[in-house]
Amino acid sequence: MTHALHQPTAALTFNDLTLPCPEGLTLGALLAAQQVNAEQVATAVNGRFVPRTQRDTTPLQPGDTVLTFQAIVGG
Amino acid sequence: MTASPWAPYGVELSSRFLLGTAGYPSPRVLADSIAASGTQVVTVGLRRTLAAGGDNGFIDILRQTLRACGARLLPNTAGCRTAREAITLAHMARELYDTPWIKLEVVGDEHTLQPDPWGTVEAAKQLIQDGFAVFPYCTDDLVTCQRLLDVGCQVLMPWGAPIGSGQGLINPFALRTLRARLPGVPLVVDAGIGAPSHAAQALELGFDAVLLNSAVSQAIDPVRMARAFGLAIEAGRAAFEAGVMAPQDMAVASTPVAGQPFLID
Repeated sequence: MTHALHQPTAALTFNDLTLPCPEGLTLGALLAAQQVNAEQVATAVNGRFVPRTQRDTTPLQPGDTVLTFQAIVGG
Repeated sequence: MTASPWAPYGVELSSRFLLGTAGYPSPRVLADSIAASGTQVVTVGLRRTLAAGGDNGFIDILRQTLRACGARLLPNTAGCRTAREAITLAHMARELYDTPWIKLEVVGDEHTLQPDPWGTVEAAKQLIQDGFAVFPYCTDDLVTCQRLLDVGCQVLMPWGAPIGSGQGLINPFALRTLRARLPGVPLVVDAGIGAPSHAAQALELGFDAVLLNSAVSQAIDPVRMARAFGLAIEAGRAAFEAGVMAPQDMAVASTPVAGQPFLID
C-alpha cells in the first residue's frame, strides 16, 4: 500500500504574502529576494523591531511573520 | 516684530505652528500649505507595506519640500493601542526618518481616540531610556502630565478636543491649570483645533505652540488656511507676551469722564 507523503511546506508570512522559508534564510536575504528597497522600509519579525544593521544576521524560521513599514503622511 | 523662539528638547524654533501632513488633496497642495504656514515641524507616520497601494507621491514631495525649507520631521505612533506597539513603531520611525523625535500616541478609546494615560507613561519611560525625544499626545489631566514629566518628557502635548473634531479648546480651565502648574514646560495643544481663533486662544493662554492637521488639510483652500493659522498663532503669542487684560464682571468705563461738563440737570 502506497502512502502519499505530504510534508507541509516550510513557509513564512511576508506582509500579505506566504513565501517558502528555506533553511538558512535571513531577513536581509528575504528583502533582497523580494526586491525591497532596504533603505525605505523598517522591519519587524514576529512583532519585534529588527534594525537595518541586524537584518543580514537575523535568521528566519518557518512560521515567522515578517512585516515591513514605510513612510507615510500623518497628523 | 520678531518672533519669539521656543526650544523643545533644546532645538530653537521661531515658528509655533506644528503641521500635520495627512489628508491633503494633492502633494502640491501639501507642499504649498507647508510653505504658507511657516512651520518648522511637520508630522509624519508609518504604515505596514501593502502589495496594493502607494502613497501617490506624497512622501517624495514632502521630503523635497522639507529639504527646501529646512523643517524638521516629527514621526508619530498613530494607531498604536499598547505601549509595546508604540515603542516598536517609534524605533522603526527613528530608523526610517533618522530622527529621535517621536510624537507618542497610545490610544485608549476607539470612539474618542482619547490617549491611554497608563500606556502613554509606560511607553514614554522606555522611549526616553532608549534615547528618544518624546512628544507625548495626552489629555489635559494635570497628574498625567506630571507623571510624563517624571519619566523624562520635556514637552507635553495635551489635547484641545478629540482628534479631528474641530471643536477647539473644550476645557480651557484644565488648560489654564496646566499652564499655571507647569511653568517653563513647553506645552503644545495637539488635536481638536478647528479654526484659527482656537489656535490663537491656545497661544493667548500661554501655550507654546499648537499642532493641527485636519483644520488645514480639509479646508476648501488649505494653502490659505495654513496662512490664516500662521497669522493667528503669531497674533496669539504676541497677545500673550503683551499681556491679555483680565476679564471683569462689571463694566469699567474706558473714556475718562471726571470733570466733563455734560449730563448736568
